[in-house]
Amino acid sequence: MTNNFEYGILNTEKTFTKYEVIGLARTYLNNRTTVADPLPANINKPTLGKKLRRNKTLIFMCLPAILFFIAFSYVPMPYSYIAFTKFNYIKGIFGSPFVGFKNFAFLFRSGQLLLLLRNTVLYNLAFILLGNFLQITFAILLNEVQSKAFKKTTQSMMFLPYFISPVLVSLLVYNMINYDYGFLSALIRSWGGTMPKLYSTASAWPFIIILVNLWQTTGYGTVIYFAAITSIDESMLEAARVDGANGFQRIRFILLPCLKPTVIILLLFAMGGIIRGNFGLFYNLVGNNSVLFNTTDIIETYVYRALMNNFNFSQGSAVGLFQSVVGFGIVMVANTVVRHIEPDYSLF
Amino acid sequence: MAKKEHVENFRHLKLDWSDRAIRGFTYVFVTLFAVACIIPFWLIISSSFSSESAIRRTGFALWPREFSLRSYQLILQSPDLLIGSYIVTILMTVIGTAVGLFVISMTGYALQRKDFFIRNKISFFIYFTSLFTAGLVPFYYVIVKIYGLKDNYLAVLLPLLMNPWLIILMKNFVKAIPHEITESGKIDGAGDFTIFYKLIMPSMTPALATIGLFIALGYWNEWYFSSLFLTTIVKYRPLQYHLYNIINTVASLKNSVASSNVVIEDLPTETLKMATAVLATGPIIFVYPFVQKYFVAGLTVGSVKG
Repeated sequence: MTNNFEYGILNTEKTFTKYEVIGLARTYLNNRTTVADPLPANINKPTLGKKLRRNKTLIFMCLPAILFFIAFSYVPMPYSYIAFTKFNYIKGIFGSPFVGFKNFAFLFRSGQLLLLLRNTVLYNLAFILLGNFLQITFAILLNEVQSKAFKKTTQSMMFLPYFISPVLVSLLVYNMINYDYGFLSALIRSWGGTMPKLYSTASAWPFIIILVNLWQTTGYGTVIYFAAITSIDESMLEAARVDGANGFQRIRFILLPCLKPTVIILLLFAMGGIIRGNFGLFYNLVGNNSVLFNTTDIIETYVYRALMNNFNFSQGSAVGLFQSVVGFGIVMVANTVVRHIEPDYSLF
Repeated sequence: MAKKEHVENFRHLKLDWSDRAIRGFTYVFVTLFAVACIIPFWLIISSSFSSESAIRRTGFALWPREFSLRSYQLILQSPDLLIGSYIVTILMTVIGTAVGLFVISMTGYALQRKDFFIRNKISFFIYFTSLFTAGLVPFYYVIVKIYGLKDNYLAVLLPLLMNPWLIILMKNFVKAIPHEITESGKIDGAGDFTIFYKLIMPSMTPALATIGLFIALGYWNEWYFSSLFLTTIVKYRPLQYHLYNIINTVASLKNSVASSNVVIEDLPTETLKMATAVLATGPIIFVYPFVQKYFVAGLTVGSVKG
């Protein structure tokens, strides 16, 4: 009998609440002299009603958030059906004729979808790879500096661009590069050069957008990596120093290997979002300047224009649905990989 | 602490060539980048104080060529729109942050309680919305057609209240609070909500500050939902959307100085944009140095373990 009792408590994955343990103990004490059977299964398991009653308040505490996500995330989901209709705003969704995958087929055949996909993925790749490279570099460099004031001041300055809206970012860029009055234009002109008309040169925009993105996010990422570096055991670095490792060797053989897990995890998660674009940045920088669309149009900006300018609900939602489904698949793959490498860091 | 001091001193004593090289490189490289990060802001301020004619002649410059307050005067002569925008933005920020923060922390607390039997299911229910979204068009359709919120400030206020990431961040913050606090509350016979409100809330002010700032920043910088749901019949728009319109449409620019009787050709369009930007973004730049550390705290808790 003692064995049975121990079996019940020790060899299950389940954690017992205080009440359950008391219940178990009581049953054991009552039955120890007479019953030789294993414990009845339902003793470990309070009924659903009981559990609900016990967690009643906690459920109520979650209710506002649950309702919020139902209203703003789950309710819209079935309306993705728009993607399969020739949508007519007056007739409403379910009065519009069903056309199957025609919208998708059109977007695919016209090359539009592939263009959007190419732009979105390539921009994100550039953001992720260059961004992380810069962030890690800055974090490592800052760690080598002694002066606290220098570290603090430069981090504050670098972090500032992260705080402003993309609307202001677009004005900052305009202020820099517009042909007529831009700061850089004026500078180049005063040196006798000519400034290209960037707002009508599509090929220049990948560079501009990537630069602006790096400008805005480097400080933010540096803070994250800097925190990861400061959590590395200082004594390792000191030991290396005593053993005669120079500054470059300490970075190469201690800091970088210590950072590797963090970097891999962050990169994988970033990859999970590779077909989701930063709408605010692209839309504010490019807007409705169709000359630049070939190199700057991403999924989000296309969907937004389909909705707000062209009122083409069907194609907009087809592109959106395509993005959601593919994006979901990519996140799942990324998460599986993370779980494989470092189970603690996986999302679920 | 004493040990750390020792280590730092030790570090300081033994500088070899490689340390000096790295350090020298760092000072130059990091300084350059940090300056590049704030120069654009300075340019906006400088050009907002320039005269329009100087800008038309020589372009934007680091120092105002011909110092002028004309654009500010024009805006402040008919401050109606700007003040309205300020009131809308401040109200939204205050209400949204208070409500959002309360709901997020309540949910975050409940979801980290180990004895809450459906916590994983609810967590996933919330988290799933960041993995799979309906997309913009169905969202727009539901807000406009089903909820009827077109041209209603609620369409801007509500979607920004919370997101899965903030709830997870809050959950991770609350996890760090010793479980004994909850236990002691229980023993004294307090209900779950009382424990949360009277015992947990007061012991997590840093978390509240960090997450509150994230929400507040979202409201202050809001232009996206406004651009979707607030059409021209809404007179007072959130600040950044007001700025968006000033930058992008001549009509808005004219409206912003409507009562000042300026001929359109005489409008200092460039400096007006810059002055509006300064007035709309000023407060956030101003409070930035004081709140920055809370953001840093939030990032380092929430970034790696999502």
